[in-house]
Amino acid sequence: MNIMTEAGVEQKLSSGTNAPLIKMKGEKVSVHYGEKRALFDVDLDVRENQVTALIGPSGCGKSTFLRCLNRMNDTIDIARVSGKITLDGEDVYDPKIDVVELRARVGMVFQKPNPFPKSIYENVAYGPRIHGLARSKAELDGIVESSLKKAGLFNEVKDRLLESGTGLSGGQQQRLCIARAIAVSPEVILMDEPCSALDPIATARVEELIDELRQNYTIVIVTHSMQQAARVSQRTAMFHLGYLVEEGATDKMFTNPDDKRTQDYITGRFG
Amino acid sequence: MTDAISSFGAVGRPVSIHTDRAAKARLKGRYRTETWFKWLGAAAVALAGLFLVLLLSTIVTQAIPALRQNYLTLPIDLSAAKVDPAKLDAANYDAIAQEALTAKFSDVTSRQDKRLLRGLISTGTGVFLRKDIAADPGMLGGTVDYAVPLDDFADLYLKGLLADVGSDEAISTSVTPSETSGDIDLTFGDDAMLTLARGHGATEGENGMLTLTSGASSLLVAFNGGMVKLTALSPGTNGTAVAKGTVIEALDSTAPAASGQAFLRVIDTPEASRKISDKMIVWLDTLKSAGLIESRFNSIFFFTGASREPELAGVWGAVVGSFLTMIVTLAIAFPIGVSAAIYLEEFAPKNRLTTIIEVNINNLAAVPSIVFGLLGLAVFLNFFGMPRSAPVVGGMVLALMTLPIIIIASRASLRAVPPSIREAALGIGASKVQTVFHHVLPLAMPGIMTGTILGMAHALGETAPLLMIGMVAFIVDIPGGFTDPATILPVQIFMWADFPEAGFQQKTSAAILILLLFLVIMNAIAVILRRRFERRW
Ligand SMILES: Nc1ncnc2c1ncn2[C@@H]1O[C@H](COP(=O)(O)OP(=O)(O)O)[C@@H](O)[C@H]1O
Ligand SMILES: [Mg+2]
Repeated sequence: MNIMTEAGVEQKLSSGTNAPLIKMKGEKVSVHYGEKRALFDVDLDVRENQVTALIGPSGCGKSTFLRCLNRMNDTIDIARVSGKITLDGEDVYDPKIDVVELRARVGMVFQKPNPFPKSIYENVAYGPRIHGLARSKAELDGIVESSLKKAGLFNEVKDRLLESGTGLSGGQQQRLCIARAIAVSPEVILMDEPCSALDPIATARVEELIDELRQNYTIVIVTHSMQQAARVSQRTAMFHLGYLVEEGATDKMFTNPDDKRTQDYITGRFG
Repeated sequence: MTDAISSFGAVGRPVSIHTDRAAKARLKGRYRTETWFKWLGAAAVALAGLFLVLLLSTIVTQAIPALRQNYLTLPIDLSAAKVDPAKLDAANYDAIAQEALTAKFSDVTSRQDKRLLRGLISTGTGVFLRKDIAADPGMLGGTVDYAVPLDDFADLYLKGLLADVGSDEAISTSVTPSETSGDIDLTFGDDAMLTLARGHGATEGENGMLTLTSGASSLLVAFNGGMVKLTALSPGTNGTAVAKGTVIEALDSTAPAASGQAFLRVIDTPEASRKISDKMIVWLDTLKSAGLIESRFNSIFFFTGASREPELAGVWGAVVGSFLTMIVTLAIAFPIGVSAAIYLEEFAPKNRLTTIIEVNINNLAAVPSIVFGLLGLAVFLNFFGMPRSAPVVGGMVLALMTLPIIIIASRASLRAVPPSIREAALGIGASKVQTVFHHVLPLAMPGIMTGTILGMAHALGETAPLLMIGMVAFIVDIPGGFTDPATILPVQIFMWADFPEAGFQQKTSAAILILLLFLVIMNAIAVILRRRFERRW
């Protein structure tokens, strides 16, 4: 926490009183998968306690960018990341940074709900346990309960915490995954098309949840649904063929985009 | 346009490329191929099933006789005169048992016959008797009824495996003997016996003389409380027949036996082509009809070690040897195999070196097992000087053989764990090792265990590599530890199959059955594990 002081404080000071602070910052981020380049010099800021939506046609590099933020691309052998990404001013690709700690601070929810094939309780308790966040069983129980509550799942599962997490419905599974991410008290939550495998009602619940979570967390969400981006996000970034086309306040992006490609995409002319 | 309309009218419905005649023919052709394949597949399965049934039924029918053993109950004299209670080891228990047997046949006097008679009971009798007396000294001091195992030939005869045991038929004429013992003449009231002898392979000489050599069926005549074996026949006066014969059991008198009082016993298998003589057959039949012979569960087979005597040979030594060997194999191959699989699958960088290692592991699985035996001989025995014939070395050799199987199966089941589980764990900040050991490995475990069990089952049936390291030695004692000399089930089967004695034939099949039973149990466990822990994501 000490290392990040100067740059972080500087940013906090420079960003003024009203404007939200910049939580994460990408500068000239490029990604290669082997020979193939998937991202071209993307500059993108993620603001604290806001929802940033990444939109664009499929294959344009949204997930790739998202996975740079918590270094999930490290798990792909052929992926090479260049450029600079900072979290509170700290370079996350700095060799001094522990990737395990980074991922505890920048949590992730995936496209397909992927609960562990263990009990609901174990799913949520796993993160706090490996990070040593609870000193006693009671404390752990407390974390599990509050995480499930924050994810809006507690009332539905409180009587069957010891049943398998894979036995829940799709929407419940995804909220369980959100609870699992919340349980380690991250600062940023990355969501890669979290609703694409859910029905409209479950989607609505998750969207509601995202809006609530914004109070305490910084959220970056990839979505292929324009309406969803419009409903949940404050900032929107439009990607196309590996380039960041345009980035700005969601209201403006959807009413008066600067770029023709954004206009076309939003109006459904391609994608 | 007009064409289309006219054809539309003619057929009554639109003509499409999916409904015209050519299409119908194509469709029929497709169904025909389908039927063909279905029948071919069914035939293949049926053929495989037939072979399996054939194999199993052969083994089972062969093995069944080995599950029981015939015992002869004899009144054994264990009085102080024979066995000194203070010096139990000094007594000749074999002789005591043999005396009890010869006492039953007082008319057997020649040395040769006595030896034949003594051969009816197992040579292991003395050992059993001494062991039982040591366990229960209360047997001493008087005469006790004690069941001794029969010799293998006697046992096989009683199981009907040595000769066609004919049946007794009443002779419908009178029989008159000249003497009551020794070589005697018999006079039959009619000549029906001549026709009968011709029908049973008698050789015809001058004057209608018929000789029953050892190449012909044996004709035994029982009457007057005794038994006579016919050796030659010739026509007598007034349509009678005169026979020469040897008395096997003394007759009570020379009085003629009336029609229906004498019985003919035909043993179709000629004496020369069976392992048991007519005399022994008669003695055994006598003992059996006296109710002294009893067929019991063959505990000798199941609970003793190897022996050169078929009736004394058991599989327990080999079972224990196999068990000890498998423990060593499992203890070595499982941890090493699983660790190697985890490293290669989860941690190793994908470069040329790991590719070479990977290819070689796959090749190792295809190396003939005898090569592993040679390796064990050269490295473990000659270089490291480990004991020959020991389960520890056998286990190590089999572990080498099982390793690639376990590695390949483990890697396959690690790979089958969906990446989403790894991502989920990594995504909340679990380290690589935590991800693997907390999430991936437990999910892969059923598959790993299935692979391991199948690998072990494979190793259990392996013979060749163990021959190389001396596990083929003839070992009587049941191994008590990992370094004791031992043999294993398949090797025991191999040895028994090689022995010429007929008694080992059934033991071989029974041992195969035990081995199959182990394999079936292991495979069943593998299937159960797979079913029970099968996960859907
Ligand atoms: N693991 C990978 N290996 C190789 N290429 C990849 C991999 N992941 C993504 N890509 C490529 O990178 C480009 C961007 O992919 P992605 O970020 O998943 O797109 P999006 O999420 O916007 O649909 C695509 O062209 C895709 O083929
Ligand atoms: Mg994507």
